[in-house]
Amino acid sequence: MKFSYYPGCTLKTKAKDLDAYMRASAEALGVELAELPEWQCCGAVYPMAKDEIATKLSAVRALMSARDLGTDLVTLCSACHNVIKQVNHDMKTDADIALRANNYIGAETPYMGETAVLHFLEVLRDRVGFDTLKAKVKNPLTGRKIGAYYGCLLLRPSKIMAMDDPENPTIIEDFIRAIGAEPVIYGMRNECCGGYVTLENKGEAERRSNIVLESAKAKGADTVVTACPLCLYNLKKNGGCDDVSVVYFTELLAEALGVK
Amino acid sequence: MSHNKNAAAVEEVLRSSGVDVRKCMRCGKCTATCPAFDEMEYHPHQFVYMVEKGQIDKLAASDSIYRCLSCFACMERCPRQVEPAKLIEAVRLHVIRAKGANHLKPEQIPAMLDEDLPQQAIASAFRKYSK
Repeated sequence: MKFSYYPGCTLKTKAKDLDAYMRASAEALGVELAELPEWQCCGAVYPMAKDEIATKLSAVRALMSARDLGTDLVTLCSACHNVIKQVNHDMKTDADIALRANNYIGAETPYMGETAVLHFLEVLRDRVGFDTLKAKVKNPLTGRKIGAYYGCLLLRPSKIMAMDDPENPTIIEDFIRAIGAEPVIYGMRNECCGGYVTLENKGEAERRSNIVLESAKAKGADTVVTACPLCLYNLKKNGGCDDVSVVYFTELLAEALGVK
Repeated sequence: MSHNKNAAAVEEVLRSSGVDVRKCMRCGKCTATCPAFDEMEYHPHQFVYMVEKGQIDKLAASDSIYRCLSCFACMERCPRQVEPAKLIEAVRLHVIRAKGANHLKPEQIPAMLDEDLPQQAIASAFRKYSK
């Protein structure tokens, strides 16, 4: 199983763990991830306006590069995944955006949304399979009660992201079961942590993050897992709940596979 | 705002967002599900009907355009696919695309940093607040 991989800016800096635990786990699972050459920052938020072209180009270049390599494109950071998948949808369905972006880049073969974009969770579910993952677990996390924190970017807009049911998702819960722990379902698992607004309005991020953590704690979670560096930051730094630890899902994966 | 200038602003916001405000049936679900509700002067459903009424100037002058978290909750949960977040984004762009109107400037960043702040937060904020 060979894929192109887009790490994104934060996985090379503040979220090196998210990346390193995935790489170690992927190797143990026989998944080959080749980092895209010369990738650029995706911008971290999807530019929603129809007349925003330049801000979509770094995602288009990554998608085009994966197409030219003949591989599907794997992402890990929730934000990168959201941006790249939504831009891919634009290139496939919005003729005006596709024309202008392709004119801008001046590629020999215009990019029209050919690349399949997969989050690493989807690689685990749809390519490796949670049953295969379960069979390869060396240190099952028995007894741990883990809440999946989807946040906003993995699931929405669901028609485009198409990863799971946006209001009643199961992919991370199924992952948690595969590594031997017990998933905890709680109400706020797909609500926002406060995102980038933490820069200007820390109070809002604190309120949002605490609502999420209190909801997870009330249902008995000892740990909450995320795929997003900004969610991790907000929940840990702005949330401040001593009873619930917040970790990347890849850390638990590596732990379960015995490669941490 | 003069009548013509206002009409141009409405046209720009509608074109840039791609939103059809007339699809809204005023159920208020977008605002009910908005996590930034308490922070906003104008809420997602108000963006929809105020754009329809041509009140771009009021929306543009409000801090509400910087409070949206871009979490896509209002877009996902709208039963009529109106997608209010796209209007908030378009009004914000209408403001910050003007010369010298950036809401976030690079010189403000050092005071906002802490040792754990992910680059993603800064990249996002610049995308949302500056051109």
